[in-house]
Amino acid sequence: MKPAFSVIFLTTLLGAAQGLFLTLFATEVSALGQLSRADSQRLLVVGSLVALLLSGLGLLASFFHLGRPERAWRSAAMWRTSWLSREVIALPLFMLCVSGYGAAHLLGSGGTVLMGSVAVLVCLALFVCTAMIYASVRFLQEWASPLTLVNYLLLGCASGLTLATLLAALLGLATLVTPYALAATLLTALACLTRGASLLRNARLKPKSTLQSALGIKHPKIVQKAQGFMGGSFNTREFFHARTAALLRSVKWAFLLLVFPLPLLCLAIGVAASSTALLVLAFALQYTGLLAERWFFFAQANHPQNLYYQTIS
Amino acid sequence: MTQLALVIDLNVCVGCHACVTSCKQWNTSGSAGALADLEPYGADPNGTFFNRVQTFEVGQFPHTQTVHFPKSCLHCEDPPCVPVCPTGASYKRAEDGIVLVDYDKCIGCKYCSWACPYGAREFDEQRKVMTKCTLCVDRVTSTTLPKAERKPACVLACPANARLFGDVHDPESVVSRAIAERGGYQLMPEWGTRPANHYLPRRKTEIRVHAEDLTRVDNPLKLDGQQPEHPHHTPGREDFAT
Repeated sequence: MKPAFSVIFLTTLLGAAQGLFLTLFATEVSALGQLSRADSQRLLVVGSLVALLLSGLGLLASFFHLGRPERAWRSAAMWRTSWLSREVIALPLFMLCVSGYGAAHLLGSGGTVLMGSVAVLVCLALFVCTAMIYASVRFLQEWASPLTLVNYLLLGCASGLTLATLLAALLGLATLVTPYALAATLLTALACLTRGASLLRNARLKPKSTLQSALGIKHPKIVQKAQGFMGGSFNTREFFHARTAALLRSVKWAFLLLVFPLPLLCLAIGVAASSTALLVLAFALQYTGLLAERWFFFAQANHPQNLYYQTIS
Repeated sequence: MTQLALVIDLNVCVGCHACVTSCKQWNTSGSAGALADLEPYGADPNGTFFNRVQTFEVGQFPHTQTVHFPKSCLHCEDPPCVPVCPTGASYKRAEDGIVLVDYDKCIGCKYCSWACPYGAREFDEQRKVMTKCTLCVDRVTSTTLPKAERKPACVLACPANARLFGDVHDPESVVSRAIAERGGYQLMPEWGTRPANHYLPRRKTEIRVHAEDLTRVDNPLKLDGQQPEHPHHTPGREDFAT
């Protein structure tokens, strides 16, 4: 598949926003760091605002994926059958819940735990919807796996926690920096395991469709001599990344370094040396790595329609 | 229930692309608007087509067959592109089983094209909506065209009669009979999409040539002594014909 940058930004920004929100709520519920009332309020309000900003940017990015963005409102219609439609409902709902949660903390009104709990449910539902958009397309075997859902969840939480560490340092909440960094390390390590598992799984995939089943001709040797046209078409634009295997390999190793070990190293040194700059670097590296990860996620997926478009003439 | 579909005879398709051009002509002139071509005369032309003819070579030289393979939307009975559509723009008509896109509802998210294993859908870069083969729904349901022309443009254009059109749910229809009698099959059955369009396989064409057919047809008395042919005195094939 050709990586779509609008979707790459949408999913990575959303993941970080959702991870950050889950972290905030967990902090409130567990009373982590024994914060003063004012500090806690500051963290939760600013954090909610950042989560809202990130998901808003993600929503904005998603519009660039549409040919007819002015009709986007129609896309909530088919929630009974379409995961995309469900995401379209879940995303604004999540933003609404986070706004409400942040506003409740800002105004100091009660019921924040209840509001937060609802928001957590919507947040988890959003993770499921986002991931299922990809995992439910059975023709893209690289995506059609529960690992897709697990990866979206864990990578989102990992980047959200890295961001929360940075946020805690920026807000001067020293008691939170170390536990956040530890949690970020744990989630990043877990995500490394599951993303590694999906890489291994995809390396061993056997395509379900072959040229034989695509044409219904049961001869072991079939070669395409012409795809029917010399120019391009949607079939050649949308489903081929047109990059070399070497570049794909480089992107894979780049994201494996950028998402997992490098940010952890920066986190460790940053926390030990109380350096905010290193924490900024940690999040920047991890987010850049996630962009590469999502790019690779698209590029690696091999659509069965490509069987019909192997030779121009 | 009716399920209109095409049955494509790979045994007689000669790969002339007449179905491709007639499809483009009819659908680009239709009420739904032109099928956009990007830079048609530029260095890297790009276009929207509902139907393509591809060519494959099957086998190892010298035992090869050239197979011309027309491909358009297969109007699946269980179309995976329909339930994924977030707006309901993509739908399958209950009355005749044609899979269509409502161009006024489509938001151009392209998700349906990911969910089609055949690559049957094409995004129109000018109208910014997903387009696809309509099975010439405006022709086949027309009340003004002469009866004989209420068929898809590709079917009417085919000079080899490689494209049959009809209701695959009616066991007496031309298409159902062709499928039953000639081993019609579906593409990529492994996905369970149950395409309505079927393909008829290649058949082995044999011509029996007897040595005597090459020299003389009618010579019952074997008396032809003219050069360079020698008269045949042993019984020939025609001696046993009755």
